Amino acid sequence: MALAEQIPQEAIRRDPAKFAPVIDLNGLSVTFGGRPILKNLEGELRGRAIGLLGPNGAGKTTLIHTLLGFHAPSSGTAHIFGQDITTDAKQIRSLIGYMPERDSFIARMSAVHFVRLMAELSGLPSEAALERAHEALFYVGLGEARYRSLDTYSLGMKQLAKLAQAIVHGPRLIFLDEPTNGLDPPARQRMIRLVREIRDSGKAHIVLSSHLLRDVEECCEEILILKDGELAVYCNLEEERKSNRRFLLLETRGDQEKFAAAIGALGCEYAVTGDHRVKVVLQQDVEVRDIYRVASQFDVQIRRLSYKRDSLEDIFLKAMENGHGGL
Amino acid sequence: MAVYEHTYKQYLGQLTPDWSRFLVIPRHAFRDVFKSKLFTAFFAVCFIPLLVEAILIYLHHNVNALAILKTDIRELIPIDASFFETFVNLQGTFAFFVTLLVGPPLVARDLRNNALPLYLCRPFSRTEYVLGKMSVLLILLSLITWIPQLVLFLFQAYLEGASWFVDNLSLASAIIFGGIVWILLLALLSQAVSALVKWRVIASAALLGIFFIPSVFGEVLNNLFQTRWGNIISLGMLMKNVTAGLFGTFVRASGHFTDWDGRVGREITLYEPPLWASWFALFVVCAICLALLSRKVKAYEVIK
Repeated sequence: MALAEQIPQEAIRRDPAKFAPVIDLNGLSVTFGGRPILKNLEGELRGRAIGLLGPNGAGKTTLIHTLLGFHAPSSGTAHIFGQDITTDAKQIRSLIGYMPERDSFIARMSAVHFVRLMAELSGLPSEAALERAHEALFYVGLGEARYRSLDTYSLGMKQLAKLAQAIVHGPRLIFLDEPTNGLDPPARQRMIRLVREIRDSGKAHIVLSSHLLRDVEECCEEILILKDGELAVYCNLEEERKSNRRFLLLETRGDQEKFAAAIGALGCEYAVTGDHRVKVVLQQDVEVRDIYRVASQFDVQIRRLSYKRDSLEDIFLKAMENGHGGL
Repeated sequence: MAVYEHTYKQYLGQLTPDWSRFLVIPRHAFRDVFKSKLFTAFFAVCFIPLLVEAILIYLHHNVNALAILKTDIRELIPIDASFFETFVNLQGTFAFFVTLLVGPPLVARDLRNNALPLYLCRPFSRTEYVLGKMSVLLILLSLITWIPQLVLFLFQAYLEGASWFVDNLSLASAIIFGGIVWILLLALLSQAVSALVKWRVIASAALLGIFFIPSVFGEVLNNLFQTRWGNIISLGMLMKNVTAGLFGTFVRASGHFTDWDGRVGREITLYEPPLWASWFALFVVCAICLALLSRKVKAYEVIK
């Protein structure tokens, strides 16, 4: 991957764990009862927030479970921060936080007791676990309700409690499996804000699995789309957005033919698509101001300038139609 | 991630040693178990026979008390292998009822609430989970079985003298091993039942059934076929025989009957199954429990 090439080789040699990809898939396959669920997944993921997309049954949750060591790979393997999921499962799990999709909690416990227990199971001493449990519950917005029994929580509160237990021990990688499931719009917004805050803190990587494109688009910079257990598309949303900024749609008034030819003379590709409309792909050394300069020279008015916006939905739909794309 | 800061923060402090992490489970479980006043009261009642045992040992060595009682308690209730065996069996019964109250919800509750992925996504293995859940029972039951029995054995040794202690060291090992085998069996069975049945009441009923239904069936077999091999399916009888074996009081010939052939009567002696058969049967039960636990205690069950 491009990012790996940018890191000095000397630095990688000195501290390989530091520069290891967050997730490295090496031909990972998983089979249940003879039925392949994940098929030969390959690739390196290094983003701060990685979105895992796919229709229901694509294998998103199975991939997360396999990375957590819940299912054994039938062939291939994967590495998390350079550690093999099959041989170093315990070390890996000490670096991970997991928010499961389904309702998961321990009955007859207050939230603070529950989160504290989870922290202690992660290896925190009792006092530190209690302190961090309070902090985590305040952080997710359950501070006032932390002494209430989990049985009395609403669905939104249970989702937040699950997030609190996933972050209480300060993991380096957090798996969030459908974190906005069943949330009303304000609760969803709060959950997305929390995920973005954790991402922006720079202290943890996030893998967000969802079938809601908007959630992933709002939180993630790298996207992995699975289809029938295969890798359908990998895309770096940031780079995609940057490249989209070179693609312009212009609505003009004036001598369109001469204007288009002058843009061509700048080295840009162009296409006149109808009355008053021109599509332009900017070259690296050409800026938008050059387009305005040319328009001024030929006395052409630019009534509207818009960037092409290939939404995640477009990418997703293309992936579902076309199928396979590697990293 | 301080309360007032509201920012995500990594934990950089010291971690507890790996080996001690399973003990987190009993520590939190005890808080829940002793919330029930009824259970706390019952647990206190479990110590009454031990108190009686302590008093009997004391009376054996208190001349004044013996004079007041005007009975020779030394002859009436001698302190020997049978004395300790009786109390070990009695405490075993109490241990069974404690298991019935505490054991069934331990795993069942986690399975019902899908809590296993939360345990197993941490540096915490399935073995540690089972060990942690079992130690809730192992610790509680040890407190009412072999630990106080051992203390009372030492109390008797203290009052009787060093020679008694040396002569009866085998009793100490019988108390320890007998107690441990029993509570291990109870803990394994209750965990296996708890993993199979997600509802507490049904799990308790199933545990009760496992002990009593085969015993009744075994007794029916014994009577039908004039044998004692029916005891091999009765967990209570198996434990009784194993404990007797450990205390050195096991006798295979356990009864006899007269078989009439016309007018001619014939005395037939009934023999208990040999000790090795009882040990083997217990081993098979434990192995089945472990296999069940290994099958059921998983983060997610894959339906093939």
